[in-house]
Amino acid sequence: MFHGGGGFGGGGGGYHIHGALDSDEDDVLGKVYDRKVFSRIPKYLVPVKKWLALGAIGMITRSLAQLAQPALIAIAIDRFIQSGNLGGLNIIALALLGVAVLVWGGERISTLYLAYAGQSILYRMRTELFNHLHKLSLGFFDHNKVGKLMSRVQNDVNQLQEVLTQGVLNMLTSVLTLVGIIIVMMTMNAKLALLTFTVLPVLGIIVIIWQKYARRAFIRVRRAIAVVNDQLQEGISGVRVIQSLSREDVNIGQFDDVNKAHLDANINAVRLQALMMPTVQILTAVAYSLIIIYGGYQVLAGTMGIGILLGFILYIQRFFEPVIQLTMLYTQMQRAMASGARIFELLDVEPEIEDRPDAIELPPIKGEVKFNHLSFSYEPGVEVLHDIDLTINPGETVAIVGRTGAGKSSLMNLLGRLYEVNKGEIILDSYNINSVTQESLRQQIGIVPQDAFLFSGTIEDNIRYGYLEASREKVIEAAKTAGVHEAISRMEKNYDTPVGERGGNLSAGQRQLVCLARAILADPPIMILDEATSNVDTNTERIMQEALRRVAKGRTCIIIAHRLSTVTSADRIVTLDQGKIVEMGTHQELLAKRGLYYQMFETLSALEPEQ
Amino acid sequence: MSPTLNNISFDVKPGQLVALLGGSGSGKSTIANLISRFYDVTSGRITVDGTDIRDVTLNSLRKNVGISQQDIFLFSGTIRNNIAYGAVDADMQQIEAVAKAAQLHDFVQSLPDGYDTWVGERGLTLSGGEKQRLAIARTLLINPSILILDDSTSSVDAETEHLIRQALDKLIEGRTTFVITHRIPIIKSADLILMLDQGRIVETGKHNDLMAKEGLYYQIYQSQLMTDNNTEEDSERSK
Repeated sequence: MFHGGGGFGGGGGGYHIHGALDSDEDDVLGKVYDRKVFSRIPKYLVPVKKWLALGAIGMITRSLAQLAQPALIAIAIDRFIQSGNLGGLNIIALALLGVAVLVWGGERISTLYLAYAGQSILYRMRTELFNHLHKLSLGFFDHNKVGKLMSRVQNDVNQLQEVLTQGVLNMLTSVLTLVGIIIVMMTMNAKLALLTFTVLPVLGIIVIIWQKYARRAFIRVRRAIAVVNDQLQEGISGVRVIQSLSREDVNIGQFDDVNKAHLDANINAVRLQALMMPTVQILTAVAYSLIIIYGGYQVLAGTMGIGILLGFILYIQRFFEPVIQLTMLYTQMQRAMASGARIFELLDVEPEIEDRPDAIELPPIKGEVKFNHLSFSYEPGVEVLHDIDLTINPGETVAIVGRTGAGKSSLMNLLGRLYEVNKGEIILDSYNINSVTQESLRQQIGIVPQDAFLFSGTIEDNIRYGYLEASREKVIEAAKTAGVHEAISRMEKNYDTPVGERGGNLSAGQRQLVCLARAILADPPIMILDEATSNVDTNTERIMQEALRRVAKGRTCIIIAHRLSTVTSADRIVTLDQGKIVEMGTHQELLAKRGLYYQMFETLSALEPEQ
Repeated sequence: MSPTLNNISFDVKPGQLVALLGGSGSGKSTIANLISRFYDVTSGRITVDGTDIRDVTLNSLRKNVGISQQDIFLFSGTIRNNIAYGAVDADMQQIEAVAKAAQLHDFVQSLPDGYDTWVGERGLTLSGGEKQRLAIARTLLINPSILILDDSTSSVDAETEHLIRQALDKLIEGRTTFVITHRIPIIKSADLILMLDQGRIVETGKHNDLMAKEGLYYQIYQSQLMTDNNTEEDSERSK
């Protein structure tokens, strides 16, 4: 657990595009069957196989029972009504009742158990994704939008789950019903059955043509909604800037455009959908007409019972329903495959940094830090750190200074092993950081990042974030060391004061001090501070400086320094420039050198009150 | 709950530079938010050129009040789009002019795609200093007559800060400016210093007046000098 609760905010610019997930929300419809996706599905189905089996039994029972209804009615008419057999009629009535009970039971069981299975798959997949996301390295999050990741965990999982349970079983029962109807019709009257089936090729051609357009329409809808979501996200997160620049009208206009595009896409899709059902109804009517003409003729000729005719009409009603279901399923399957591909792509992202199989727990260290000819690049070929060779003694306070983009934050990120070293090594006491577990490494390194991130919860929760078992006394002690105890005590609910997502009710200075307290609580032998003191008022700065002095006692302290008072009080100053160490020494030594530090110091002094 | 701000009264002449000072949570940012009417005052009023800001449209108010906030938000789009975010009709010449004034032009020129470089989510990551200068350019382009700077000089190296300072000087020129800062040089040049404590104005005046008072401002000024001098002596001693 990272005591600082985050990495470094600063850091030089760079083009960090690699490592982004490939498949976009845009390519929504792909293959109907993707072997790679399918091969991974059993893993999720096995644990719920009992529920799935029960759901399947329910569905099959319902389909078969429904299949029996027209046949029973046909028998009632032809055998019993016409012959006036009241006893037989009673039996049929009872049988119809029994069938109704079976339909009810089957429906209930399938709905219930499929929901169980579906929800449990949903739960498992989300848990797996969340856990996986927590293992991924920072580099991954540099390149992937939060919104897209959210969409994978939420929408895609939902989509896939639905198809895995409802969808697949719907398909099975549709096929089963269809085959059942065909068999029953064929046995009742083969000629009549074949006549009915003549409508099928027509339906087939219509469906194939319709599918082509429908697919395009659905893709358009999904793309349009993705654009709408993007605009929404940016409009909401940037609302302060938008309002202060009075750009509401422009943005409202832009949103109106994309929203309208979404509306158009939907209307287009609805038009297509509205075409399919009536077409099927017309075909049903055509089938009816054929049956009535031909069947009626046969009934009149006395070669067929009127019950059979009625039975056929009832079957035709049931015949087209599964056909439509299957065409709908086709699109649903395509979407689910795309969703599945995106989910598994995310699950397959390997953390760039993993514990070695033989990684050991880092034992308590004294706090010596050795950078051994270290080089590093985020992008192949663009080195941001070159041949850094630096040893920091236990208990020493080192200030790292340099221009924006000099590599200060990168160096600290590597020490916390948020990124992997490319060349050279980092040694703590005598342990290479790559040879120990990340958890044990980070337990001994406290980080206070520049941008203080607070979690929703109370102030106490936030201080205790990385060290849950800490007592209240410990929390207060840490707050005292960080110099924030007084400010907290002044609050109405003191340590129980809730802090919002953006820490709105705390000032910037207080947020930083809370983060400092968070890091202090774990009492790590090494403390890394990305100084942001120039962001706070004089009083808070003094509090921080005093806190730093307390914190530095007995531990190794590395500070990315921006303030004169910090650099002057450090044991040693390291000046970085363009990824290289250019100077090293105490404040006085470096001033005497009249090099880069001297230049920077001059500029800095000019900005600060006269000495 | 006690109000965040309490009985605040002050008067600023056109073109003056006002420094807002005070500890964390003293209400500096709240004043800034009220001037551009992100929130409405619960009692009392704010007037601009004699007109209550609630009597004019938000749009026209904010066209006249530029605000540069602490956390700078970039939109996904090109650098050009981001600079012209509040003035969509601005042409390239105007954009380059404000970028030059904000000390951003040279940096942009050094990028392979120049002003067409994509920033924001999934785009180029700008450093803190570059972002700030972009925000200054953005504000310059809407050319507001009132300017609010919410501690725009945070955590950057001295050289970048120097660049930002130059950009700021350009920005402040000829405008009524409110600046929330802890920087003595800016504060010293302010026409009016408002010293805030727990939501109240405890001292107001120019640097010299406040120093003469030997009150809270004086103490803070002394202590800031002391902090720097002390550490200076510390390092001398350790040497």
